[in-house]
Amino acid sequence: MLDKTEGYTTADGRQIGGVLMEMKNITLRFGGVVAIKDISFDIRQGEIRAIIGPNGAGKSSMLNVISGFYHPQEGEVWFKGYRRGPMKPYEVARLGIARTFQNIALFDGMSVLDNIMTGRLNRMKSGLLSQALWWGAAEREENENREQVEKIIDFLEIQNIRKTPVGRLPYGLKKRVELARALAAEPQILLLDEPMAGMNVEEKEDMSRFILDVNDEFGTTIALIEHDMGVVMDLSDRVVVMDYGRKIGDGTPDEVRRNQDVIDAYLGVAHD
Amino acid sequence: MTDPQAPTGELHSIPALLARNVGRFGNRPAYREKEFGIWQSWTWAEAADEIRALALGLLVLGLKPGDYVAIIGRNRPAHYWGMIAAQMCGAIPVPLYQDAVAEEMAYVMDHCGARFVLCGDQEQVDKVLEVEETVTGIEQIIYNDKRGMRKYDHARMNALSDVQDEGRAAAQRLGAELDARIEALDYDSTCVMLYTSGTTGKPKGVVLSNRNIIETSKNSAQFDHLSQREEIVAYLPMAWVGDFIFSVGQALWAGFTVNCPEGAHTMMTDMREIGPTYFFAPPRVFENQLTTVMIRMEDAGRVKRWLFRHFMEVARRVGPALLDGKQVGTGDRLSYALGKLFVYGPLKNTLGLSRVRVGYTAGEAIGPEIFDFYRSLGINLKQLYGQTEASVFITQQPDGQVRSDTVGVPSPGVEVRIAENGEVFYRSPGTFVEYYKNADSTASTKDAQGWVATGDAGFFEDATGHLRIIDRAKDVGKMADGSMFAPKYVENKLKFYPNILEAVVIGNGRDYCTAMINIDLNAVGNWAERNNIAYASYQELAGHPQVYATIREHVEAVNRSVAEDPMLSGCQVHRFLVLHKELDPDDGEMTRTRKVRRAVINDKFADLVAALYDGSDSIYTETEVTYEDGRKGKITATLKIEDAQVFGDAQGQKVAAE
Repeated sequence: MLDKTEGYTTADGRQIGGVLMEMKNITLRFGGVVAIKDISFDIRQGEIRAIIGPNGAGKSSMLNVISGFYHPQEGEVWFKGYRRGPMKPYEVARLGIARTFQNIALFDGMSVLDNIMTGRLNRMKSGLLSQALWWGAAEREENENREQVEKIIDFLEIQNIRKTPVGRLPYGLKKRVELARALAAEPQILLLDEPMAGMNVEEKEDMSRFILDVNDEFGTTIALIEHDMGVVMDLSDRVVVMDYGRKIGDGTPDEVRRNQDVIDAYLGVAHD
Repeated sequence: MTDPQAPTGELHSIPALLARNVGRFGNRPAYREKEFGIWQSWTWAEAADEIRALALGLLVLGLKPGDYVAIIGRNRPAHYWGMIAAQMCGAIPVPLYQDAVAEEMAYVMDHCGARFVLCGDQEQVDKVLEVEETVTGIEQIIYNDKRGMRKYDHARMNALSDVQDEGRAAAQRLGAELDARIEALDYDSTCVMLYTSGTTGKPKGVVLSNRNIIETSKNSAQFDHLSQREEIVAYLPMAWVGDFIFSVGQALWAGFTVNCPEGAHTMMTDMREIGPTYFFAPPRVFENQLTTVMIRMEDAGRVKRWLFRHFMEVARRVGPALLDGKQVGTGDRLSYALGKLFVYGPLKNTLGLSRVRVGYTAGEAIGPEIFDFYRSLGINLKQLYGQTEASVFITQQPDGQVRSDTVGVPSPGVEVRIAENGEVFYRSPGTFVEYYKNADSTASTKDAQGWVATGDAGFFEDATGHLRIIDRAKDVGKMADGSMFAPKYVENKLKFYPNILEAVVIGNGRDYCTAMINIDLNAVGNWAERNNIAYASYQELAGHPQVYATIREHVEAVNRSVAEDPMLSGCQVHRFLVLHKELDPDDGEMTRTRKVRRAVINDKFADLVAALYDGSDSIYTETEVTYEDGRKGKITATLKIEDAQVFGDAQGQKVAAE
């Protein structure tokens, strides 16, 4: 077991820090259905942490617990050394947690630029009046925020669609815009819910590269859910494996790959 | 016209021109680049400051006079500054093609022995590091874009901005040394070394002196009355001589503004925002733009389509005449004015060509329909003929004497003569100094009197004095029956069809001509979509029977037009096939400037060539392809070979041969 405060070094030589977020004995129920059963794991500063499992294993519920959207009936969520109580989504965002969604949740009629700007709403403090008049603090604030957004546009190489309404974009690019919006919030933890779902090989490669670049350039900690095993094993530093709401494996991709429970869950096991 | 900026004093180097521009146009914009969604601009004074800081920084790193500095990256102000800074230090800039794969780069870097390399970004740095596995002598790598560079070993690597900072810090210490080096530059010192793309063999390093570049820039700027108010968009490869002349030579001579787009994929938007007044593009760019316009018009409503068709017809009839200042009736003038309001104006604006005063196309022949389309919109598009060894300009078309089939009259200061065998020779102030480390080639290209063989065959038209180019002199051959074989002539006619991207005509020493054809995926793909033709890959579309039928119609139309010329009627295409892959510079089938390498194709597709002549109607083939990241793969295909109808005397050709 890893020490809580000391980090470790990954296979490719990246230095991972101490624990940033910790889940302690989380249990989540919807009425009689137990979605998550007594799961504990941690996410460390600067790592790429994957949550995998077959359909219905409770991965998305887990992500929603991390993002604070669901409140578990039992267990504790610790973030940066403090126990986190029930929170509203905007409070979570202010804490530095941003996410993308499994089925894209962008504003179709708005341009790419405006969509990404919404990611920075939390950082704009000027009042309604000064924003409407485009005066003083509002103007300065918008300029500062626009600059940040432009850096992200540059980073994700979407300059050519800056002014295009999101509704007109192909799926792969929409996913990238969603990532851009999440990044615009300058999160400490970035939650990605199936970032590669429905993508072709080339788009997957692009997305993988961007995820690695984000982690590398901004030092953002990333937690992701993904179905594509090849991608998960290549991208992530440590993997949590879930099945029927329980945790059945946790460790580096290699460890997980050798874990008999994981193999059984994925390949099925004969009960006689 | 008197030139308001005629040179005063000793303007014998690019840095000297820079200093003059600071004095004369100090507060006018010199460079603009779109970054972070905003056009950032630098005045001549600011640019000169940046360049000097970079030059001082290069001195700190130990750049010596006579060193070679390789520059690899897309068009960005900092890369142009790098070239000028290198010149200030007495070093010689060598811009390279940024899309070249590492092994191509290795040859050039080894050949020029570059000690310093200026890279645009991480991708280029990676290639240079790969090159270093085989090439020694690279001592310093400087990179412009810091993204992804944090984890690299920085023992011999620096960010460009850091080099500038160190340069600024060392201004006191090294300023005098730098001034002395700038002072030492004269008309005969090397300005730049550019590698020719080389349709045959290895690239050759063309050494161009300050005299070559500055005299050529001066003459050509006067020819088109270029002033400091021009705006150009720099988007063509920096390694290409044209970009050096336009974005460095002429820009510094005339003092106009060089605008760098945000990236290759934002080019169209950036063009529209800048509205260049002076524009240069190879025919392919114009072709692609036209194809896009036509495809989008097909999606337009009925009224718009009618408007477009009606007024384009008016433009075709009246536009070129208006542009040449010829007599045009009042009725036609009125229709053209209406057309301008409804169609041409908005269209030009969309294409970013509203403000173009002078436009050039060169590098390849342009289709007459395409050429006339742009001319009829009122865009002053002209042709020029040139090559690296001439610092671009050999001939160009003066305003008002523009035609699609000639390349114009000799540029100012250039003498042109035609040899017995039809080959074009020239002599000019822009004539290159030598091929670097290649005295044999220099001697065989340039004679003692300074005449340079272009390698192209052509003739002057008696009536107009304009030069017409037929083909590459070495490609012009003879068929088995002794008649003239000019492949390029036929290929160009084929390529004027939007469906055909590239064509290779074979027939030297043969009984009859055949052709390998590349379809244009844009045009053919769009046609397929409209006709509900499903296809999964380029290969499948290329082999579709209906595509073959369309291509055969084009080939036969070309045959009909070739047959009209008694001298070349033997060049009609008897049999053809549609290739299963696009010819690609990465596979060595074309040069980086997209000229077909005949020898490579004849060799690589030997099985296809054999099949074209042995009468078989299909052939199975395997072809090795190189992916963009340098990996290699293999594609297999069974290609159909079809016969095309020929006309006139040629009808007997094949029968006699069989």
